[in-house]
Amino acid sequence: MSISQEIPVRRKVLRAVNVSKRYGCYVALDKVNLDVHEGEVVAVIGPSGSGKSTLVRCMHQLESIEGGAIYLNDDLLGFRRNGDTLRALDARAVARQRRNLGMVFQQFVLFPHMTAAENIMEGPVRVLGDDTSSARKLAEHLLRRVGLGDKFDAYPPQLSGGQQQRVAIARALAMRPQVLLFDEPTSALDPELVGEVLNVVTDLARAGKTMVVVTHEIGFAREAADRVVFMESGRIVEEGAARETLANPRTERLRAFLSRVM
Amino acid sequence: MSSLPMTPDSLPPSPHAADDVAQARYPVGPARRLASVALAIVALGLAWFLIGNPRFEWPVVANYLFAPAVLEGLGVTLLLTVIGMVVGTLVGTIAALLLMSDYRPGRWAANTYLWAFRATPLMIQLLFWYNLAYLLPTISIGLPFAEPWVQWRTIDVISPFTAAILGLGLAEGAYMAEIMRAGLLSVDQRQHDAAKAIGMTPRQSFFRIIVPQAMRFIIPPTGNQVISMAKATALVSVIAMNDLLFAVQSIYNRTYEIVPLLLVAVFWYLVVITCLYAVQSRLERHYARGHQRIAATVEAPTA
Repeated sequence: MSISQEIPVRRKVLRAVNVSKRYGCYVALDKVNLDVHEGEVVAVIGPSGSGKSTLVRCMHQLESIEGGAIYLNDDLLGFRRNGDTLRALDARAVARQRRNLGMVFQQFVLFPHMTAAENIMEGPVRVLGDDTSSARKLAEHLLRRVGLGDKFDAYPPQLSGGQQQRVAIARALAMRPQVLLFDEPTSALDPELVGEVLNVVTDLARAGKTMVVVTHEIGFAREAADRVVFMESGRIVEEGAARETLANPRTERLRAFLSRVM
Repeated sequence: MSSLPMTPDSLPPSPHAADDVAQARYPVGPARRLASVALAIVALGLAWFLIGNPRFEWPVVANYLFAPAVLEGLGVTLLLTVIGMVVGTLVGTIAALLLMSDYRPGRWAANTYLWAFRATPLMIQLLFWYNLAYLLPTISIGLPFAEPWVQWRTIDVISPFTAAILGLGLAEGAYMAEIMRAGLLSVDQRQHDAAKAIGMTPRQSFFRIIVPQAMRFIIPPTGNQVISMAKATALVSVIAMNDLLFAVQSIYNRTYEIVPLLLVAVFWYLVVITCLYAVQSRLERHYARGHQRIAATVEAPTA
């Protein structure tokens, strides 16, 4: 894609600086550095347990980090500077920071007691304080955009996995986030349903949404992402322009990984 | 069975082309026939016992059924049930949240509360609350060993009514805590993440996402608790609270018509609990939304 030359002048929206995370003595993230620029689509690939899901969950503050820092628009996430020390923010302040980031989970995690439309309207109405009628219009618009215009009143168990995931994407979009994070959005789907979800994500990429997508779909990473990041054992091993990196990996480890998954 | 390969052509034609199980009969076994007869005899005997036995004194029952003192007692019983449950649910929810929190002193406090209030008989708790003035002549708010900011005489604060509310509500809270905790744990933990993901505060997440889903598991055991509570209110007659049982007791102490007046109380307890059944099934249907419909549209996703 021709946009790739513009990337250096673009503003950095989301930055991870030396981010470290442990579970007990297991190192999940080891000094990870990653910049996400405005309008950029970053695909994060790597074997299971490489820390790629942990990375996006930390970016969304669903997990705490033990070292380094994450910034959104130059605002430090989860902490407030107080003289020379950093003080942890309370839950309400963290919730306010999260509004700028959308998240789509592997297991969809729709609210089962709400219809598709209510799932989408919940954030705008309760969190952003929109009035119900404009949230309804937004929900209608977003459901049409993900190809589910006729599922307005459907409850999650009435929808297939692919349809549920598309509602979950609409729910994340309804918050008008600056950056959308995807945590393996197609890994829990039956093979024949993967395409419909990837099409929606690809459309969003073309529309210029800033996104970080953790995925096992190498074809999707090549087609839709501007940049690909390859992680292993909690470290970023290789990164670069998506097509080029996937076609000519520089490291032996990425080459080995690609030969295993393709 | 033979495992010969059979193609449709090789199947023999059915001897009765009109076979259709829709017309089949399902005979009732001899054991069930016998049981039906036995049950009918028991039912008849019970009916005869109730109707034909003059010692029930049904005309006396009818006479007192709507007596003002009885209706007043019924009102008190209902009021105590409602307030006791409201207090119990609030206290129980707070205790459940403390039990589940990562704040260790809070967990200790909640565990001690559950232990003390579940391990002692409700009757004794009620008597303690009623006689609180003996142990604690004044209730004051303030710092220990300092001049209190506000102060009341316990004897003015603890009436039979407040003692009943404290006794019933706090005992109920200890049981409700476990029900609330089980209900909250029944909700998929990923729902917390999904609520956070749309920027909800912990409070919004709790009331909008977690509690509505927990309700499906909270309502049936809570229904049980309400029924127990409606009947446990009868215990407050020991602290001279004029509930339904106290009302019929004070009548039969005068008239010695013990059995018919106890039947009056039984009648009203049955009415109250039948109404509670109806409320519970309505609530259950309400909170089953999104789950109930799976059965109705089971083929939809495969379309």
